[in-house]
Amino acid sequence: MSLLSLSGISRRVDLPDGSVLPILTGVDLQLAAGEHVSIVGRSGSGKSTLLNILGLLDSPTEGEYLLDGEPTDHLRARRRSRLRGEVFGFVFQQFNLLPRRTAAENVAAPLLYARGRDFLRRRRTALEMLDRVGLGARADQVPERLSGGEQQRVAIARALVRSPRVVLADEPTGALDVETGAQVMALLAQATAENGAALVTITHDLSVAALAGRRFRLEGGRLSPLVESGALNAATADRGTA
Amino acid sequence: MIAVLGALSEAWDEVRVHKSRVVLSLVGVFLAVFAMTSVTALGLIVAQVQQEGAERGSGRPATVAVNAYDPMTGMPPDAAEWDAAVAELVDRHGITTAATISYGEGLFRLPGGTQRLQTMRVSPAYGELHRKEPVEGRWLREGDRTSLSPALVVNEAFLELLGVPDLSSRPTVVLGGPTPVRATIVGVIREGYGSEPIVYRADRSGGPWDAPGAVDPATAMYAGPSTLELWVPPDQAEQVMEVVARDLGAALDVQVDTYRQDASGLEETLAMLRLAIRCAGIVVLVLGGLGVLNIGLVTVRQRIREIGVRRSFGATSGRIFSAVMLESVCATALAGVAAVGCSIVLVRNLPLEQLLNDGIPLADTPGFPVAAAVEGLVAATAVGALAGLLPALIAVRAKVIDAIRF
Ligand SMILES: Nc1ncnc2c1ncn2[C@@H]1O[C@H](COP(=O)(O)OP(=O)(O)OP(=O)(O)O)[C@@H](O)[C@H]1O
Ligand SMILES: [Mg+2]
Repeated sequence: MSLLSLSGISRRVDLPDGSVLPILTGVDLQLAAGEHVSIVGRSGSGKSTLLNILGLLDSPTEGEYLLDGEPTDHLRARRRSRLRGEVFGFVFQQFNLLPRRTAAENVAAPLLYARGRDFLRRRRTALEMLDRVGLGARADQVPERLSGGEQQRVAIARALVRSPRVVLADEPTGALDVETGAQVMALLAQATAENGAALVTITHDLSVAALAGRRFRLEGGRLSPLVESGALNAATADRGTA
Repeated sequence: MIAVLGALSEAWDEVRVHKSRVVLSLVGVFLAVFAMTSVTALGLIVAQVQQEGAERGSGRPATVAVNAYDPMTGMPPDAAEWDAAVAELVDRHGITTAATISYGEGLFRLPGGTQRLQTMRVSPAYGELHRKEPVEGRWLREGDRTSLSPALVVNEAFLELLGVPDLSSRPTVVLGGPTPVRATIVGVIREGYGSEPIVYRADRSGGPWDAPGAVDPATAMYAGPSTLELWVPPDQAEQVMEVVARDLGAALDVQVDTYRQDASGLEETLAMLRLAIRCAGIVVLVLGGLGVLNIGLVTVRQRIREIGVRRSFGATSGRIFSAVMLESVCATALAGVAAVGCSIVLVRNLPLEQLLNDGIPLADTPGFPVAAAVEGLVAATAVGALAGLLPALIAVRAKVIDAIRF
């Protein structure tokens, strides 16, 4: 049984002028535990919308979303929030670190919503996570003092701190230069793999997409497997030797 | 349990991180609570001053005045019989404080010549009944009634006539008349206006001039009827007046008039004063609350993204609500504690007796009213809760996906 299973997912929004805008149409996607999947698509193709649906931040207009084989459409708001915190970790394009909190406080923040030991040991856990992303020495810096790459590493530590089963990364390298982006992406893939978590990466960068085991293209709201091209294979090979 | 801890630590983090903003938004609440608490506390003290002022004149509530005279001749009853009857009455009804007062005149040999001054002869209990608080020396006491030298309590104008600055020289004054006697000034009270001298004299003394049947030189000129004042619980005043008139009248075969003497309208005036102070405090507090609300609204909009991010961590609506709410409550509660603290320091250190009571010490200085302090804290917390409500609702209703969209 797959961890996540989307079948026939559509998402439409009602526009103020009365018309209906279809964003996603008939999306099918299965995700197994520990798997790395990437989705590429042009701006406005509905990538973020799909990721928000996966992360229980948004709900589909149509179709079935099973989490661990359980339908998610009748979940109560409270349970949805709990599940979101327990099952998913998010990495955003704009890092979205909490301003003026230190790196350690940022990484500990998701544990504020955890229970028991996780809550009580949150600072120690956060420091361990920061060590893992190589920022142990910067634990008490506020994000404003960190570089973009460092901020995204803090965000990765934060996404992994509750040991989620799925990490959802929406253009994690979008705000970084190519070199830094590649390093951050490698770290994200490695750290998630170490945690045994599945990773869904959204990107418009094919070289980033190439790190994934399975690759999809989102176009006009429809999801389809990505056709391998020579350029992409070269990029993959490149990454493999680097 | 963990959820409560989590919500609290989240709120506290918020306050800590946004120190300057929080402090700014709290200036209003701090000032309001400070003003309200101080004003309430001061109001209580002012009320006390007012009340003691009134009571110095006409006695504490309830003071029942009793006059007795022969209906035919208008003469007071025989002193010894009267004293005995009063003693029995006081004893029978368990009246704690009873004082006798009679007005007379005395010839005082002062440096500027002998002057005839009105003298009030009172029993020592009169001081308690009328809250006499000497600024120097002491009020009359039981021992003065057996002392050989009549004890006097005078005002400062009298001291001036006597030409002494204070009691350090243990001043005395000779009371003239057929049997001159040297009286001792035991206390100074601040009373009367301008240079009008005021003299209280113990109703008795151990000298031969006060022996039964002896002519008192000080009252030889003129002796008014003496008045008995009884201090009784206000709700029993009516009953006491009736019983006393009946009992004394029967015992002495005289006409007995009783009436309530203390200013009873004062209570209402003071209640009005307190109400006015309260209303002013509430208005200031509401203004402070609006300040907190305003800043809360502005910042919750700036924090929508942060709230969206917290949602992605699994924060429930309840947690988002309580975090924003608690932040406001934590902050205003802190402001309340600070304000009440400052208010206590202020009220404790103001020279209130100097400012309000003409330097006369208060008989019962009210401590800082606990009620005012508690009220200040509760008001501050309530304002925080009210002002946090709207931002908390906005935070809960914010669309997560809009919040984290870039
Ligand atoms: N609530 C909404 N109301 C109206 N339009 C919406 C709404 N949500 C999404 N859209 C539209 O749907 C389309 C897809 O949005 P989405 O954010 O999923 O795109 P995306 O693929 O993530 O784009 P980008 O690469 O620029 O982030 C966009 O055209 C967007 O304007
Ligand atoms: Mg997007």
